[in-house]
Parts: sequence; structure tokens; C-alpha cells
Amino acid sequence: MDIPYTVQPRPDTGIYNAKVGIWLFLASEVMLFGGLFSGYVLLRIGADRWPHGWLDVRFGTLNTIILALSAITTLLAWAACKVGQFGKFKFFHACTLLLALSFLSVKMYEYHDKWIHYEITLAEGTFADGHLVEKSADFDLAKKTGTVTLHGRIVNDENLLYDLRSQKDIKLDEVNVKAADIVKMENYGPWHNTFLAIYFTLTGLHALHILGGSIVIGYLWGPGSKMWKRDPERFTNRIEVSGLFWHFVDLVWIFLFPVLYLT
Amino acid sequence: MDAIVHQFPPYRKDEAHHLQEAHGDHDYEHHDPGFWAKFIFSTDHKTIGIQYGFTALCFMLFGFFLMIMMRWQIAHPGTPVPVIGPLLEKVLGQVAAKGVISPELYNSFGAMHGTIMVFLGIVPLAFAAFGNYVVPLMIGAVDMAFPRVNMASYQAYFLGGLIMFVSFFIPGGAAQAGWTSYSPLATTIPTHGQLFWIIGMVLLISSSLLGAVNFIATIIQLRAPGMTWMRLPWFVWAQFVTAFLLLLAFPPLEAAAVMQLMDNVAHTSFFLPTGLAVGGQLANVSGGGSPLLWQHLFWFLGHPEVYVLILPAMGIVCEIIACNTRKPIWGYKSLVYSVLTIGFLSFIVWAHHMYLTGMGTKISTFFQATTMIISIPSVIILTCLFISLWGGSIRFNTPMLFALAFLPMFGIGGLTGLPLGFNVSDVHLHDTYYVIAHFHYVVAPGTIFALFAGIYYWFPKMTGRKMNEFWGGVHFWCSLIFMNLVFMPMFAQGMAGMLRRMADGGANYSAAVNARSGAEVIGGLSNDMMALHVWILWAAIALGIAQIPFIVNLFWSIAHGEKVGDNPWNATTLEWQTPTPPPHGNFIHTPTVYRGPYEYSVPGHATDFTPQNEPPVGAHAPQISTPAH
Repeated sequence: MDIPYTVQPRPDTGIYNAKVGIWLFLASEVMLFGGLFSGYVLLRIGADRWPHGWLDVRFGTLNTIILALSAITTLLAWAACKVGQFGKFKFFHACTLLLALSFLSVKMYEYHDKWIHYEITLAEGTFADGHLVEKSADFDLAKKTGTVTLHGRIVNDENLLYDLRSQKDIKLDEVNVKAADIVKMENYGPWHNTFLAIYFTLTGLHALHILGGSIVIGYLWGPGSKMWKRDPERFTNRIEVSGLFWHFVDLVWIFLFPVLYLT
Repeated sequence: MDAIVHQFPPYRKDEAHHLQEAHGDHDYEHHDPGFWAKFIFSTDHKTIGIQYGFTALCFMLFGFFLMIMMRWQIAHPGTPVPVIGPLLEKVLGQVAAKGVISPELYNSFGAMHGTIMVFLGIVPLAFAAFGNYVVPLMIGAVDMAFPRVNMASYQAYFLGGLIMFVSFFIPGGAAQAGWTSYSPLATTIPTHGQLFWIIGMVLLISSSLLGAVNFIATIIQLRAPGMTWMRLPWFVWAQFVTAFLLLLAFPPLEAAAVMQLMDNVAHTSFFLPTGLAVGGQLANVSGGGSPLLWQHLFWFLGHPEVYVLILPAMGIVCEIIACNTRKPIWGYKSLVYSVLTIGFLSFIVWAHHMYLTGMGTKISTFFQATTMIISIPSVIILTCLFISLWGGSIRFNTPMLFALAFLPMFGIGGLTGLPLGFNVSDVHLHDTYYVIAHFHYVVAPGTIFALFAGIYYWFPKMTGRKMNEFWGGVHFWCSLIFMNLVFMPMFAQGMAGMLRRMADGGANYSAAVNARSGAEVIGGLSNDMMALHVWILWAAIALGIAQIPFIVNLFWSIAHGEKVGDNPWNATTLEWQTPTPPPHGNFIHTPTVYRGPYEYSVPGHATDFTPQNEPPVGAHAPQISTPAH
């Protein structure tokens, strides 16, 4: 028993099965990210204040370029298969994999940067904000002992922390805070506010897609490429289908970048 | 392209026999796969369909059991459940102390009854089971387009169901926030049941997505030569549209589930508003979230889901009515365009579940208008099916009885939905037993009757034997009577103002209101209304007993039912033109289709049915060809 049109396109639809499948899957992915983007819109409309300039545009731009390049190498890998140049395919898809890993590394760095960024509400009504330098050995919030050192600043109005774009020349210094003075200390994790919640959720889900795509591409580049000898046409189709997925993941980032970094 | 074989009947008896012999003997191509590969890790669409069907029926029985427990608690609040009470205490512990269902347990049972019936019972049975078994046969395909994806889909469903089931036995019990899981309630109830619910749902949604992709790809790509779009049996159309609804409506709920998961695990505030108080204290959350966002995302799935529940059922009824009236279905094209219209419109009616949320009158007006518009194609479908009966010489066999009962029962369910679709009348009826009666009329005597009809109808294809007609009749008449006795009183209760989700059925509420005014006045519920709870309880128990003949009949008939041939109902569609049960690969030769699906009683034809693949005299076989550019 053979299922027809697994490799050759069906004459009247002009398309092979897996390609129909991947387009349908991508349609559902559009709805998945669409749901999250509409969540972003509703949260932002309803927010009392929305942070501006919290994410570093330089890293966002770098990652945009990385993904754009990976889209090109994916296409070239497929084109190499189409003209029967297996060596070129191996080279280009190795590039894709390296670019994917670079993207994830940059993203990890950005996550870590938020993770060690603290906002501390002080007893006198001011706010200390900055990256954690060190906590003293006896630092304990509950027992109110020790001090914490941040590389940042102290502001009187919390709104100043939310709008970083309109303030020029923000001076950052070593700030020492005693545990006894701390009312609330929280890092910039997803629990900090709804912006960070949707930022971590959207980019986290996107990063999972990058990871999933890398695993598939890695398999097709490594053990899966044995199919090239047996059935080059089917293998080329696989590269096309996985490439369609990869382009979709790139496209999602093209929306994420302006929505999160530039607005 | 395979060679097209001119042959009718599509295979010869001795040929099929020979094939089966080779199968069991020493066929190098199809070696015997063994028990595990054949029944547990099968990639054959028919086995997967049966797996889905059996699992879904078990879950439906379990959901029914939860309902009986709840009805007991409503009818006799605070009294131990007879017989089963001690068992509940033993298994579930403190929440069922002394065999009494506590309000927390009632809430769990309520939430899980809805979840199980919708996501683990009806959708898998109507869409996945019937779709898997019947659709590839009907379009003349050898299997689904992606058999391994198909297996993965069932496994994800099974795992999701398992997680839902296990959640009853964890400390704190299963989810308690209703099948709709509205936040912030769902996030603030201190149990891990909600976490299990979310993870279970993510698996079920993934399973549906895989299934939907597979169905659509199969219907687009694997139609047999000559099976053009307007020759598809309408059941296939219904499944096609259903698959699109699942594909596009489920992901927003998945997005919402991810966000609720983050609220639960990472303490985000997607759905938790500023100033949220839990237990009289300000909750330690960042706030700024939107409870309405959850409702929008939930009902964006929730309403198309209603059509996921009903369209396959309508498809089944359509096939059975055409076959048993022995005449073509009336208005095939109207049916096709109606189902497509419903599919499109079902994406823009969701907020009619949210009139009372204060989202604004302009938005309510828009959704009221679209809701009224979507009733038009639904009425067209029902009308076509009714008119199809006109002038037919109807065979009243068991599947036909259920299919016929579907029409008025779904009619009641559909028409009672109109007052809920108008936002003025909905203010009174929202969240009452009227709503419960309305959607249960659509789903229970509606969809479930159609599913019973489908089981009786396609059982001979799966086993080569018919289910017993007499006990089928007993099952039908008892189910019909008791279904109505269960659900009809709820309309009255709801209009009298009885709210749903009250663990004591409104006894405390009613007593409090009546005590204050000294008489049964507006706001309280009359004793007659409260007494209906007991009535409904016994009707529900009788309904449960009425299912025993079905269960026994189903298993008994597998080995002892009346033996029948490949086409016992003399039907025209392709699934009856295969050996019984169909072998791996379904058709001995690729079938070729020459005509539409409902060519019954064609004047001048020797029999009163003309199968789709019977070649007309002197015809050339159609081929799948590239369209002219």
C-alpha cells in the first residue's frame, strides 16, 4: 500500500501532500501567535503605563539580521538540493544552524540581562533600579540584615523608570541599599508587569520554535541526510517543507522586533 | 498515476478471499504486524478511528457518571450518595466525607463533566472517530495523508485524557472553575487541578491540530479519480469544514492556555487585574491584566467549537437519511454552501457568550447581528434534511430512528438559542438552567443521537455484522423519552431564574429570599421548581439504564450479530464498495467515481441505488488531470 502524492504533486491541485500539511500547520501557527499578539494589544490598551526603551534595540537589530541571513541560507540550501549539489547543501544548512544558535545565544544574554535587573521600592518612597552587582554575605530580606549593591540609580518617581527613551544622559552608579530599607525587591522577570509578561511569553514561544526548527534542520543535515542517496527528490521536498517552517519563524520575529523593541 | 481499472463490482469475491489468504499466509509485502503494532501503535486510519471511538465512549460514560453524582447532590443537597458514596470517600478522601459531595467536589465534577464531554467525548467521537474511519473510505483513499501523524494525534489525545483523569486523585482534586476556566477564578483557586487541566488541554489541542491538518490534506489530496468536490458525500464536506474550525479556532485557546499557565506557574498577571483581592486580601500580583482577554480568547474557540460538535453530526444524519429514504438528498448544493457559510460565520459570533461582561453595547449589537445571520444557514441545512423526507419510502431501522429524532431535537436546541442570541432577553436567561437546557438539546439528543445513528449505521462495515434491531429500538425509544424528561424541565427552571453552578441547586438561595419576603415572590424559586430537581435526577438515572441495551448490544453483536454482506443498507457511497471489514489499504483496486453521492431510485436503473463507482454503460474513466491554463 502506497499513499499517493507523497513526492510527486497531484496534477489537479499541483502540490504534494506534505506541502499542503505544512501550509495548514502554518495557518494554525498564525492563529496561535495572533492570539498572543491580540493579548498584547488588549494588555497595552488597558495598561496604566507601558514601558518604553526597556529592550536594547542593538541586540534586537542584531538578531533580526541573524534571522534574515538564516532565511537566505535556508533558501540556498534548498536550491542546492534542487540542482543536485549535496556539498553546497551541507554548507548552507550548517550556516543556518550556526545562525540559529547565535540567535538563541543573543536571546539568552538578553534574558539574563533582565533577570539580574532589579527594581527596589525603598521605605522612604524612592526607587532603586539597576543591575545586581552583589549581595553581602548576610543579606536576608526577611531578617532585614545586610546590603545589596546595584549598578543603577535612585529615582523619586517610578514613572521615570518606565520611560527611558525621553530621558537623555541617564547616569548609572554603584548604589548600596540596606535590606532594612527595602519594602519590595523584584527582578525584571515576567511577574514584574504585563509588558515583561508578554515579552517573555512571546519571545519564549518564538525561541521554542527556533529550537524546534533547529532540531528538525539539524536532523535533516545530519542523520536524515542519508535519504539523499536513496530518494533525492523526497529529501529535497523535506528541505522545502522544513524551510517553509523556518521562514514562518523568521516572519514572526519580523513582527516581534518592532512590537517589542521599537514601540 | 495508478492505472485505472474498469471493473464493477470493484472486486470479485474470490479475489478478496485470495487476498486475505495471502495476508495470513506468507505475504512478503504485508507481514502480520503483531498485537502491539496492530492495535496500539497502529497507523491504519480504521484502527485509529476505532481507538478514538472506544476511548471517547468510555470518557462519555465517565462524564455521564459525574453528571449523575451532581444531580444527586442538587436533588438531595447534603445527603450521602447511596451505594457509590462510600466508594467516593475512599477514593477522593475529605472532599467526599461520609459519602456527601462537598461544594468543592461538586465544582470539580461540574468543570470536568463539561471538559470531558466536549473535549474528550463528543469531539473525538464525532470528528476523530467517524472522520478517521469513514472519510478516507468515502473519498476512495488508501489511508490518511499522514498515517504516523494520525497515530501521534491519538496518542496526544489519550495522554491529555489521562492527565485530566488523574487530576481527580491529586490533593485538592480536579479543576473547579467550570469548563470555561474563567480567570481570575481559575488562577486563584488553591489547587493544582487547574494546572493539570491546562496541560491536558494543551495536549488535546495539539492532538486536534494534527488531526485537522491530516483531514484537510487527505480530503484535498487523496480523492479518488472522478471524485470531484461536488461529488463528495456531504458528510465529507461537514468534516472538511469542521477540520478548518479546529485548525483555526483552537490555537487562540492554546495561546490563552499558555498565558494562564504563565499566570499559574510564573506568577504573571495576564488575566489578573490591578487591585485583585483574594480571600479579603490584596493579592501579591503585579496586576494590569485583563479578565476579559481570557473570555475573548476562550470563546473565540468556544463558539466554533459548537459547530465542531454539530457539523459532523449533521453529516452523519444526512448520509443516513439519503440512504433510508431511498431518494437523493434535497438541495445538495444548498447544504454545501450552507456548511461553508457556517464555517466562516462561526468565527465572528463568539462574543454573544459575553453580553453580560460590560464589553459595550456597540460590540453586543454587532455580535447579536452576526448571531442572527448564522442561524440562516443552520435553518437551511435542517430544512433540506426535512424536505428530503418528503415522498420517500422510509425504512425505519435503528440508525434511521436516531437520525429522524435528531431533526426535531436539534430544532428545539437551535430555536431556544435565539432568545440567548438577543442581548436583551439574554440578560434574564444568562447563566440559568435555560442555557443548560438549550445547549444540551443541541448536543445530547442532537449530536449524541446522531453519533448513535452513526454507530448503528457503520457497525456492519467495521465488523461484518449488524447490531440487534430490537434492542436498538428499545435503546432508541427509552433514550428519546428520558432525554426529554431530563432536559425539558430545565427550560422552566431557567426561565424561573434558577442559576447554574449552584452546588445545592439553589436551595439556600431560595430559602433565604423566601424567608425575607415571607412568601414565594420574585427572586425565590417556587417549591414546584425545586421539586423538578428530583424528577430530573430519576429521569437521568433512567436514561443511564437505557444505555445498557446499547452497551450490551455493541459488544454482543461483534461476535454474535446477524452476518451481513459488504453493503447491507444498499448504499451508494464508496465506503460500502469495499470488502468487510476493509483490509489495510481499503480498496482492492483504486475506485473510479462517475457520479454524485446520492443516486437513489434512478429511473430505469436495475436497482434502487447506483453506487458512485459503478461505470455507466460505455463510459470512459475520468482521470486526475492538470487543469488547462
